[in-house]
Amino acid sequence: MPALFAILFLALWEAVVRWFAVPAYIVPGPLAIGAAFAAAPGLLLGSLASTLLVTAVALIASCLLGVTMAALIAVSRWVRAAILPWAIVLQVTPIVAIAPLIIVWVGDPFVSLVVCATIVAFFPVFSNTLTGLGAASPELRDLFRLYGAGAWRSLVLLRLPTALPYFLAGLRVSGGLALVGAVVAEFVAGSGGVASGLAYRILEAGYRLQIPRMFAALVLLSLAGLVINEALGALEGWALRRYGAGS
Amino acid sequence: MLRLDHVSRRFATGTVALEDVTLGLGANDFIALLGPSGCGKSTLLRLIAGLDKPDSGIVAWEGAPPPLGVVFQDPTLLPWASALDNVRLPFRLRGHDGRLEARAALERVGLAGFEAARPRQLSGGMRMRVALARALVTAPRLLLLDEPFAALDEFTRHGLQGDLRRLWRADGGSVVFVTHSIYEAAYLAHRIVIMSARPGRIIAEINSPLPDHDDAEERRLSPAYAELVGEITRALRTAHAD
Repeated sequence: MPALFAILFLALWEAVVRWFAVPAYIVPGPLAIGAAFAAAPGLLLGSLASTLLVTAVALIASCLLGVTMAALIAVSRWVRAAILPWAIVLQVTPIVAIAPLIIVWVGDPFVSLVVCATIVAFFPVFSNTLTGLGAASPELRDLFRLYGAGAWRSLVLLRLPTALPYFLAGLRVSGGLALVGAVVAEFVAGSGGVASGLAYRILEAGYRLQIPRMFAALVLLSLAGLVINEALGALEGWALRRYGAGS
Repeated sequence: MLRLDHVSRRFATGTVALEDVTLGLGANDFIALLGPSGCGKSTLLRLIAGLDKPDSGIVAWEGAPPPLGVVFQDPTLLPWASALDNVRLPFRLRGHDGRLEARAALERVGLAGFEAARPRQLSGGMRMRVALARALVTAPRLLLLDEPFAALDEFTRHGLQGDLRRLWRADGGSVVFVTHSIYEAAYLAHRIVIMSARPGRIIAEINSPLPDHDDAEERRLSPAYAELVGEITRALRTAHAD
């Protein structure tokens, strides 16, 4: 069904562009965009791969960082007081505002892109996991207390497994945000960055008024976002089935 | 084994959960705490378990507190863990393996062969059996049960009540069983402690005339059982007339 609607939408788009004779430098039709892609598929796909690499590394970093920090905060009141405010400050800071600083500080273009994307993607995984770590039922917590469970065993045997569905829901949101973060960072870095990501292609095509190519890059970006979302959704479903009913 | 002396517990909301409760518990007692909802039965159980502290009065053990087993109204199993892993949880929390003990405990509650099943794959009664096995796995000398069979259907409940008595007679030790069912209290316990609500206090105690060595189902059919139910009902009515 979604495919059917997509085809219908594209047909309508093409028809409107042709009927009103909209120039390609304002809104190109789907056929023109397809042609722009076909003209330089290697260039655009290479850029996509570059952006996706930043996205993937940033997402993995977000998970490691988010889960570790949530676990530390859940176990220790001191760590909570020390870290939590900074995590929130980081969340509300617009990445566009600090990206130039990070690029200057970090130096290495790839690493600075990953750092920016990680800052954007980190929060949902972190805050969801933190919520999940506190979500065990009071009865189960009583039971653990009764049997003299220490903080570490409570974390491993009760709180982390309880947090798994929360973590997975956060992961799906973070997946999309990692992509957004990577692209935003590429935009800010501009030609000073790796000069190979999709954002760079979009900027470049914009400067040269190659609007169909710009749209082709945008379409690739959207498709990548959809695929990431679907893949993480499938992972979530698979993990929840295993977690709930067993293999 | 345990003595509660003039124990009171108030909550921050102002509710008096327990007022001036005095109760002794012997080494092989099977006590039913019977009363309407909100009479502080569960609070009393939590005080005994050490999960809560009284505002006044004392909870005193004779010697060191014995190993405890607890079953709540909800089976409170780990949904991601197998029946075996759920039952050996008390061992794992102390850094032991407990597989052997857990297998034996599952067999005792009639769940041999269900070691690998997840809670979701088991019926309500079977889940409660897993919870019971988990409480028994550490060979406790005191078993605390908080309305464990309240959510089960009548047939399942009868089966579990019979099994609980059978296990208690085999193992000895003490049981404190919280319930709001007159029939359950009469069937299971040999001391029935009746409580009233708001404030929660003990209003009567009845010693069961039923012999301990009775056959599980015969017990329910004996005239003495019917008389005991009548006696408890009268005690409750007197309490509400006050």
